[in-house]
Amino acid sequence: MSRKALLGALRTAPTYAILALLGAFMLVPFLWMVTTSLKPSGTTFSYPPDIFPTTWDFGNYVNLFTLAPFGKYLLNSVVVTAVTVLGQVAFCASAAYGFARLSFAGSKSVFVLFLATMMIPFQVTMIPLFLIVFRFNWVNTYQGLIVPGISSAFAIFLLRQAFLTIPRDYQDAARIDGASEWTVFFRIFLPLVKPALATVAVFAFMGTWNDLLWPLLIARDENMRTVELGLAYFNVTSSAYQQPNWPLMMAASVVSLLPVVLVYICAQRYFVAGISLSGVKG
Amino acid sequence: MSVSPAGAVLDVPAPRGDRPARRRRRSERVGWLFILPATAHLALFALVPIIFSLYLSFHEWSSPSFLSAPFVGLDNYRSLLGDDPFWHAMWNTAYYTLLSVPIGMAVSLALAVLVNQKLRGMNVFRAIFFMPVITSWVAVSVIWITLLSPDAGLVNYLFELLHLPKQSWLDDPNAAMFAIVLINTWKTAGFSMVIWLAGLQAVPPELMEAASIDGAGKWRQFWHVTLPLLAPTTIFLVITGVIGGFQVFTPMYVITEGGPLGATDVAVYHIYQRAFQEFSMGYASAQAWVLFAVIFLVTLLQLWFIRRRGESNLV
Repeated sequence: MSRKALLGALRTAPTYAILALLGAFMLVPFLWMVTTSLKPSGTTFSYPPDIFPTTWDFGNYVNLFTLAPFGKYLLNSVVVTAVTVLGQVAFCASAAYGFARLSFAGSKSVFVLFLATMMIPFQVTMIPLFLIVFRFNWVNTYQGLIVPGISSAFAIFLLRQAFLTIPRDYQDAARIDGASEWTVFFRIFLPLVKPALATVAVFAFMGTWNDLLWPLLIARDENMRTVELGLAYFNVTSSAYQQPNWPLMMAASVVSLLPVVLVYICAQRYFVAGISLSGVKG
Repeated sequence: MSVSPAGAVLDVPAPRGDRPARRRRRSERVGWLFILPATAHLALFALVPIIFSLYLSFHEWSSPSFLSAPFVGLDNYRSLLGDDPFWHAMWNTAYYTLLSVPIGMAVSLALAVLVNQKLRGMNVFRAIFFMPVITSWVAVSVIWITLLSPDAGLVNYLFELLHLPKQSWLDDPNAAMFAIVLINTWKTAGFSMVIWLAGLQAVPPELMEAASIDGAGKWRQFWHVTLPLLAPTTIFLVITGVIGGFQVFTPMYVITEGGPLGATDVAVYHIYQRAFQEFSMGYASAQAWVLFAVIFLVTLLQLWFIRRRGESNLV
């Protein structure tokens, strides 16, 4: 190693040391989750704590599906999340296009209405929203879990900004060629805002998959629980009535996390793009 | 996530119509068709609930039938004034916000400055710091309840190794809120880090060079050049952080259930209990509106404070 390279390494060493320490602080809890999930079911914690199991046991991942309807929870989460993501992309993209690209009477005031509702916290609307869904007889149904979240003012806002960046010429050229508004939208504009669509999809996915409060109100029946809710019920019921089965709950946590991690690995830049956009535009 | 809308409403030039009248009428109809599904959804699942919630707050509503909800005027709001547990929860909420916002912002800014350096492997560290953000609160709670266990947790073991006194963490009414703030910082720092990063990357390098030529050390450069330039980001994070802090619910629901001894009973958890455990939905709605009013006032106060400091161009 040359002298210069050595000096460079020495200068960056403290930075890397700090980063490694912080990285460990972020990662050890995940490591703890995975290793605990591989301890025999019902293991209580020893002191001093063993990070790694003495006997490796994959039984929790089997028990998950035999002791609780965890497979049903997964299916529910997949259905609810998939429909919500598709719905949000479809509803919000078309609305955003309407607001950004078509001019019609009332468009501005309706858009301001959308923005205004973003300022009312969910806690204010959650009670009447529940009563409406209850009135529709949608408690314990997929509709009840999906429909209230199938459109989002935030997503419309984000997509509208994306549509606004596209030059007018695209629209005019296609119109002169005789394309209908729908064709212009589908064939020309949607492909141009793919990154923004991906951001909306990723946010909808994460928000829906990880959501607890709404499923908590709607999925009263065990068979309608999502993964998040199922996991929360493991937690709440076990702490009140019996010693919690931590290895089993850790296994459930790992399974609930896998889809999110997978999506994150594939779509990392859309997470970051969406967050930066919300910050900078704010 | 919330976005302040005021600055963002960009004006779109109206399209110049060829064949004015007919074209415009057609485009009117098409425009409404495009926004119809989302607008109908907004009306039914956002506007109606908002109005309905106001209505509820003036009624005594405690049975699943809509017809048996007598009008009680301001009674809900009046009895709320003397409701000590509610104000206790409001105080806990403010305490949580006052702790979590500055701690979270300082930690996430430090992370952002660290990973903003042009060194190898920074992308890996960014990804690692972002991992807790994508993890659900329920999984986070399962992990941290065990890590913070007073007699068998990894954290207390670490404390023992460092010759620090062991803590009761979530079991101690005086420490539970602080423990939740720490967990929240771990969970959300990566999110704010990304926002800080966007701000940091907009700082022109020439300014740093100029400061360094003037003899400013790294620390003074950061304090006197970088931080003032980050003001828009800081303001954004404070305002959205305070709003988010006042609306905190999930960690209290999954980690402490408001305990021990009500030490982590925050406003939304309290409202949730009133509405969905005791079914006093009218009273709970009144509480929700009071919470909203408090958040709104606190936000206005912050904006006023920022304007008074002469940074009106930022809000």
